[in-house]
Amino acid sequence: MLELVIFSTLNGVVYGLLLFMLSSGLTLIFSMMGVLNFAHASMFMLGAYFSYQVGKLVGFWPALVLAPLLVGLIGAGVERYGLRHVHRHGHVPELLFTFGLAYLIEEIVVMGWGRNPIENRVPATLDFPLFTLFTTSYPAYKAFMMAVSIGMFVALYLVLKRTRIGLIIQAALTHPSTVAMLGHNVPQVFMRVFAAGTALAALAGVIGGFALLTTPNMAAALGPIVFVVVVIGGLGSLGGALIASLAIGIMQTFAVALDVSLLDLLRHAGVAIGRESALFELASIKIAQAAPMIPYVLLVLMLIVRPKGLLGTRET
Amino acid sequence: MLRVRDLHAFYGKSHILQGVSFDVRPGEIVSLLGRNGVGRSTTIKAIMGDVPPRGSIIFRSEEIVGLRPHEIARRGLGYVPENRDIFPGLTVRENLILGMKSTKQTGRWSFEDMFEMFPLLRERADTMGGVLSGGEQQMLTICRTLMGDPDLIMIDEPTEGLAPKMVDLVAGLLEQIARRGISILLVEQKLTIALRIGTRLYVMGHGRIVFEGTPDDLKANAAVRKEWLEV
Repeated sequence: MLELVIFSTLNGVVYGLLLFMLSSGLTLIFSMMGVLNFAHASMFMLGAYFSYQVGKLVGFWPALVLAPLLVGLIGAGVERYGLRHVHRHGHVPELLFTFGLAYLIEEIVVMGWGRNPIENRVPATLDFPLFTLFTTSYPAYKAFMMAVSIGMFVALYLVLKRTRIGLIIQAALTHPSTVAMLGHNVPQVFMRVFAAGTALAALAGVIGGFALLTTPNMAAALGPIVFVVVVIGGLGSLGGALIASLAIGIMQTFAVALDVSLLDLLRHAGVAIGRESALFELASIKIAQAAPMIPYVLLVLMLIVRPKGLLGTRET
Repeated sequence: MLRVRDLHAFYGKSHILQGVSFDVRPGEIVSLLGRNGVGRSTTIKAIMGDVPPRGSIIFRSEEIVGLRPHEIARRGLGYVPENRDIFPGLTVRENLILGMKSTKQTGRWSFEDMFEMFPLLRERADTMGGVLSGGEQQMLTICRTLMGDPDLIMIDEPTEGLAPKMVDLVAGLLEQIARRGISILLVEQKLTIALRIGTRLYVMGHGRIVFEGTPDDLKANAAVRKEWLEV
């Protein structure tokens, strides 16, 4: 039991930090531009594919840096030559633009690498058990994933709180036109934030490629959960995104590990439901089976109870 | 210094500015007066490029119509917004830093100058801007714009809602700024400080300039005051 708790917590934290790498970029972009970027998870997927492709040429370590940079450049292009023009026509066209972009990227990936998972392996230098506790060993690459995400969080925090560009970003989040009239090039700042946000998503893709299958579906699989994180944490709030990412990461990991059903719990409490009961089927669903539902249940409840999320400041 | 000719601006379909022309010369304090809704704020927003302008705006012999707000600011035009648009989640010092256009900037003004003019800002340097009083926020917005080292500063309603003592402080500050050779375009609804510190003034009505003169001219012209200013 202790073994399960320890390893589920560790895995949950790794998964949660991965979600945070995605949601931090998404929430920053939302704060600045007021638009939910549906193509954000596609950039995550591109990160995984690019690191595989670049890694074949120059090895994993350079690819860890190069893949996010390349995707960041694509992000800058998308903002500069796409979103900035669509932005003038309002939020709905913007939303549809990112929606279309997500499908476009998926199709491009299918064309380039096919529908089947690619062999995106953990590099040999990270493919060993870091430690063994009880009977389970903990792989080094997961510790590496954790280190990269924590490093990224610290770097992001320092840039936002301690640098001049961070101050400009913070101020432009709420008062873009005042910031522009003080002489700062706000559209350029927006483009850089968009590029940085996509590069972060791609970095998450590079290390996420270890733990998840690298397929053209990976964007569609993770994207909705990232939206859940951002809504629960509060749109525009980095702190909220961190809390929500870890909470959902840990919750989902535990739920998957719990091989019990309502039926079992009721039996412990001394309540028995017989096979003939109409509730039998429902009560015998294992928590692990229901795990994928958890984020969406939280999303729906959060929007009803507290639409601005845990730490959000906006009502929408 | 600033030469505005036949300036037009629109909000959607409403024609807000209908051919505004005026000048600000070096070192002058010029006031733009008028009742609410006549287009005073729109005039300076149009000059800053925040509202798309039509017509001609020459600043230091360069046409600035068509430039983007940050480009206009970088040419030496400073704007102090009406609603004391400070950044509430940043400290006083950070607000001032954001006024600077680059880190290497060596302008006429330093942190020390600001703190000397307003010792209160020094005491509150590490306080969040959002918790300052209305008067303090007004000082901060003016100082923030000064940190960008403008040659002409446009100030929208700086005394609105301030206590008389604070109004005097603002008036004194504006005179001090002008003494350093910076031109000021002051937008006011009330006559309070415009008559006291202004070199010249313009009165606006219905999107046009309806009167131009010195404070003494306006004092002598009760008809203009009655028709365009008094409520």
